[in-house]
Amino acid sequence: MDNATQIGMNKTGAQMSPFQTPDMEDTAERLQPRAAIATAQGLDGDGGIARVRMEYIAEADPLGTVPPPGTLRGMVQTGIAKLTGKNPEVLIDKLGERLAYERTGVRLYDAFIAKCQDQRGAETSFSVDELLRVRDDEAEHFKLLNEALLSLGADPTAQTPCADASGVMSLGILQVLTDPRTTLAQGLGALLTTELTDSASWELLVKLAEQSGQRELAQRFSAALATEQEHLSLVRVWHEREVLAQGT
Amino acid sequence: MNFDLFDDKGCPLDQQRFTWRELVQKPISKLDDDAFTRVRVILMNGVETDALRFKHIAARRNRELRIPLADIRRAEQHQATFVNWLLPADQSPVETTIAYEQVAIEITSSVAQNEPDDYLAQAYRFGLLEDFDHLYRYSALLDRLEGKDANNITQGYTDIIPGRPTADEHRAAEDDVREHYPRDAAPVTKINAMLITAAEYQTHDYYMNIGPLFADPVARQLYAEIASIEEQHVTQYGSLINPDETWLEHWLLHEAMEVYAYWSCMEQEQNPRIKAIWERFVDYELGHFHAVADLMRVIERRDPRELFPNGIANRIEFKSHRDFVQKVLAEEVDLRAKGTRYVARDQESEATLAYRRQMNSQGSPSSIVAAGYRWGPGTELARKVVSL
Repeated sequence: MDNATQIGMNKTGAQMSPFQTPDMEDTAERLQPRAAIATAQGLDGDGGIARVRMEYIAEADPLGTVPPPGTLRGMVQTGIAKLTGKNPEVLIDKLGERLAYERTGVRLYDAFIAKCQDQRGAETSFSVDELLRVRDDEAEHFKLLNEALLSLGADPTAQTPCADASGVMSLGILQVLTDPRTTLAQGLGALLTTELTDSASWELLVKLAEQSGQRELAQRFSAALATEQEHLSLVRVWHEREVLAQGT
Repeated sequence: MNFDLFDDKGCPLDQQRFTWRELVQKPISKLDDDAFTRVRVILMNGVETDALRFKHIAARRNRELRIPLADIRRAEQHQATFVNWLLPADQSPVETTIAYEQVAIEITSSVAQNEPDDYLAQAYRFGLLEDFDHLYRYSALLDRLEGKDANNITQGYTDIIPGRPTADEHRAAEDDVREHYPRDAAPVTKINAMLITAAEYQTHDYYMNIGPLFADPVARQLYAEIASIEEQHVTQYGSLINPDETWLEHWLLHEAMEVYAYWSCMEQEQNPRIKAIWERFVDYELGHFHAVADLMRVIERRDPRELFPNGIANRIEFKSHRDFVQKVLAEEVDLRAKGTRYVARDQESEATLAYRRQMNSQGSPSSIVAAGYRWGPGTELARKVVSL
């Protein structure tokens, strides 16, 4: 696949239809009664949309709940009872989220590595070995979070509410990375989004662990944060170089 | 316990009303609702879309029934929306696919065990092992594409292991058409055939709709392959239905199937909000059933009770059928099909072998996706750090 941005016959813009577009504007002006649409059934521009959404938000249940620890013995012995702070389930929820994110992250890197392996000798600012290293780091972080949840008596295989929401967010990233038609720069843009979120989330997780009285976990998470910040720097640089190289 | 369709007239059609607001309810929770609540939602959407499908085809061939068909079909349309929109938006298309295959496995297992006709029971067991394999393939896809665990959806009720390999399920069309049940078959036999045909048709249409929404070429290929098998399944199960039934007879049986399915849901639903929906729609379907029964009396001058002499025995069992599936897997995974018969592996027709060779000649998506895949809690990555 050719990775260069190219000029071609993109038909989506209004300027591509120099005669039809003014015709459409004229038709909309002549035949679409502004007043009738604004006042029909009390609608007012997009205020109606917000109203419907607010109705559903008011009655909605949350995505779900955090599962209780597997056993009562697990609760007492392994750490849930030792968590300080008002809502220990928040830490479990966020740990579950990070775990799901790292696990999906491995698959996102798998997809991007496949994309990089079809470069037909083209030069890139990064190597597959570097990508593999980042990918393996994500897998290690997944293991770390797995162990962290087990140490707290929680179930690392459960999908927590924040893990669920994060899974939905990742779907768009996945679509970009697995699409054979996207360029390396577009793929790196998707990974950049992932790494920015990852860094910010690990920072928060360190604070949450400290707040919950989990000092050892906070230290391990700080080490993971440092690695993620390296990933972010790398991906940012790779992305910049890919884009700027095309612009020169 | 026999279910009597003539006990209760249900809700009259002209009182079956909705608003748009009402059609879009709070969805079920992907995380907190029991997997069988989701199974029931998917199944009943399949039943309703089949009700729509049948009523449209019937209208093309029955001038005098067009208005009653359109009338009842309007209610079915809105019931379908009401039910299907209970699915939550945080399920990815692959996660919903996992749920669809769980429906196929658990409902077909239930039907296979309550089916009094041995030949039809064999047909259900045959298809069951193929849908069982689809769950395994899609679970591998969910793990390797999205990094998720299919068991978050199936909740420990359904094993995730290979069944009859999907790559071996591709058959020539002549080897998917079966014998149909006789006109005097037990009502539950007729209902079972319509129920499973409806479920498979829905599954086929779902895969056909979402297949092209995937950017990943492996996912696109896998959906192309399994959608083709689902078309085969619709052919198989649809061929179990007696083509000599009159249109009105088939319509009445279909409404009976809908009542029966909603009643089975209502009896076993754990979520009280959703149970109330099943209860409401049992009433609506009874209304439809009796409207069609009246048409039968007037137009065909037949007593509809002749089709249901002893009510309907047994209900759909919404529960894990793990032991049954493992037994069938051990005993029948090597069965194949030839014409209307089930045969040993080495007795397939040349037409089927040639077709399969052709379709698999540029690779087998289901084999590629699941190469080396073994389900474990927390995904493959939970077992070890996997290097490429």
